[in-house]
Amino acid sequence: MKKRVILAWLVVLSLLLVACGGGAAAPAEPTTAPAADTPAASTEVTSTTATTSTAPTTETTTTTATSSSGGGQAAVSTGDVKELKILWAQWDPADYLQEIGKKYEEETGIKVTVVQEPWPSFYNRAFTEFAAKGDSWDLVVGDSQWLGQGSSQGIYVDLTDFLKSNGIDKTVTPATLQYYGEYPLGSGKYWAYPTEGDADGWAYRKDWFENPEEQKAFKEKYGYDLAVPKTWKELLDIAKFFTRPDKNMYGAAIYTQKEGDAITMGYENVMFSYGARWQDPKTNEVKGIVNSKESIAALEFYKELYTCCNPPGLGNAFFQETNDAFVKGQAAMAMNYFAFFPALATDATNPHAAVTGYFANPAGPTGERKAALGGQGMSIISFISPERQQAAMDFIKWFAQEENQQEWADVGGYTCNINVLKSPEFLEIAPYNAAFAETMTMVMDFWNIPVYAQLLTPTQSELSGYIVGGEGKADEVLNRLADTHDKILRENGIIK
Amino acid sequence: MFPDNQTSQRTGYQQRQLSDRSIQWLFITPTLILLALFNIFPLFYSLYLSFTDFSAIGTAAPVWVGFKNFSTLLNDPQIWKYFATTGRFAFLSVGLQTVLGFALAMLLREKFRGSGLITTLILIPMMLSPVVVGFFWKSIFNPSSGIFNYALGYFHPASAPGPSWLDSSSRALWAVVIVDVWMWTPFVMLLCLSGLNAIPDYLYEAAAIDRASAWFQFWRITLPQVLPLLMIAVLFRTIEAFKSFDLVMGMTGGGPGDSTELVAVNLFRIAFEGQWRTSYASALAYIVLVIIMAISNVYIRNLNKVRGEG
Repeated sequence: MKKRVILAWLVVLSLLLVACGGGAAAPAEPTTAPAADTPAASTEVTSTTATTSTAPTTETTTTTATSSSGGGQAAVSTGDVKELKILWAQWDPADYLQEIGKKYEEETGIKVTVVQEPWPSFYNRAFTEFAAKGDSWDLVVGDSQWLGQGSSQGIYVDLTDFLKSNGIDKTVTPATLQYYGEYPLGSGKYWAYPTEGDADGWAYRKDWFENPEEQKAFKEKYGYDLAVPKTWKELLDIAKFFTRPDKNMYGAAIYTQKEGDAITMGYENVMFSYGARWQDPKTNEVKGIVNSKESIAALEFYKELYTCCNPPGLGNAFFQETNDAFVKGQAAMAMNYFAFFPALATDATNPHAAVTGYFANPAGPTGERKAALGGQGMSIISFISPERQQAAMDFIKWFAQEENQQEWADVGGYTCNINVLKSPEFLEIAPYNAAFAETMTMVMDFWNIPVYAQLLTPTQSELSGYIVGGEGKADEVLNRLADTHDKILRENGIIK
Repeated sequence: MFPDNQTSQRTGYQQRQLSDRSIQWLFITPTLILLALFNIFPLFYSLYLSFTDFSAIGTAAPVWVGFKNFSTLLNDPQIWKYFATTGRFAFLSVGLQTVLGFALAMLLREKFRGSGLITTLILIPMMLSPVVVGFFWKSIFNPSSGIFNYALGYFHPASAPGPSWLDSSSRALWAVVIVDVWMWTPFVMLLCLSGLNAIPDYLYEAAAIDRASAWFQFWRITLPQVLPLLMIAVLFRTIEAFKSFDLVMGMTGGGPGDSTELVAVNLFRIAFEGQWRTSYASALAYIVLVIIMAISNVYIRNLNKVRGEG
């Protein structure tokens, strides 16, 4: 009996030893933002120098190109790659990409499979696979926030030379290339191709705005015409004007959710337009910036908009809740990502679809217009073979062509291609496309460094506490937040 | 005949070879292996991780940092704020559940027509998924369309349309407490009821002969007899309250601000939700474990004392 007990404990201890041993002496992974001149991905894969717009053939091709890490010349073959797997979140745009993939297969014989993962587990699935250096997928359409981790941990292939040598960098709007692809910001190093552009915009009730009686009453009260707001101040006036609790009417349904990044994104729409930023772009300093007078004014504005005009019960609201309030006829205006506007543009899901209009974020006090970024960029995973990396580059090159971007937009994708965004076909294909095209030139984003989530958590708490919970004053909240950000950034070597 | 006889002898021999102890081990071993793999190993491995710098989605191996994670956590005022919120939640929630659960048990102690059905109906809330409960109570608390404020307005028209429960830092925790009490009072009631039913009638008969008042009978017979089970209920509920996660996530997501940010919710944020600070989260989990063990120890000591007196 005693021997068996000892044996059982030995088994347990050996399990522990196996689990704990082996890795303790390994060096820690870098968590700081890499220097701009340091390529993180160790790949030797090369990119094609050809600028032809024809699709790559299925035959084994050898392309000679500049190494993606800026090195010498190398010959890389796509080998016998027959399939490309792309990981993305489970939503309509992923289905659209699958449609585009069928066209690619018809042209090249290479099958494209879009692997879809539900949003809540998307990040976890991707990064647990990356941690294991898995090669289940060739490409990932990842969030802009993933860029820091993807590039500094060697997960993404450096696409700088590939995008530049093929002229792809010039085909998309500069703002989308910067925020979906560049890391560190301002470094000129790119890790993703802007694939699904997205940002916050507004849906509004055209029938309410265009009602002659409402227009007359508004003009009498505010002294100017009731129309799509040109400034945040006008938006607040309109929101207040349409807030009539006795009729269950409210001015604006906005983001307030503490989970994820909702309330931060909502606040960013105002904050960036007010000229406020999260950091000094050169030094990454945050004190005096997170809590600048512009930030304080923007936060006070957002709180006022929430307090005066948000439908009751929407103190923890994100895209679903703001759309719901709009569909229920509760809100004159609803903030949301453009990706969720298709649901408002169809009678099947919105009884007011015929009278729903859309507009881009209005301007702040100095005329600056900005919008919080959504959407994703397409990156190549460095753990796959050089042949598969080459095949993935060929796909991006093909996908980035204007005719394919036009088709991407036709099936419902949100392109970032400059020419397609300007084309009359695109602007007319959906009622929100004009506002979307306008927004794609003014997007800005939260931090995208590896520790962005550590910065986001206190940001969400502080903003939710002040805006929804009514705790403290704007300056106190932002001072505290600046201190917290500063501490996290210093601990992780982002601020020296 | 011979071969058959031989077979039966061999079978009998084999049966004799499997002693009672061997059979015990045969049954216990799979459980022990599962226990070692899924309980003991993670327990010790996470203890090891709590002394390292490690992310489960990072590409680097754990790096030993000693007590750094514990020191950082224990010096972080924010963490103590979450502990304070959790303590407040546990105190309010378990306190109300105890009082109401005991009161309900007293009411249902006497058998009456339909008492079985009513008992079953009362037990339904604790059978539901906490996330589902969180979501539907979120709708119930909605100030414009929820039934909660409608009911308040019906009974107290002057307060219509009523306060916003989940969007207020001062009321959100109360809203979560109300729902937790609604959900888990039946559990306390069930344990109390079994304790009440186990009290022998002759104690009350003797007390009645001595002309003891109902109040005296309650203090001297009912409460002491039920107390051990009541304390077990309080112990279980306190442990659960410290681990509360899904109900809060379904109702408030920890907000507004940090007003309903319980330790378990924050632990989830650190361990997952983009942060994936596995070692730091492990350290926090161990601090929570130690606190729960300390509280449990106090309860169990008192429970033993009560049992000894009983």
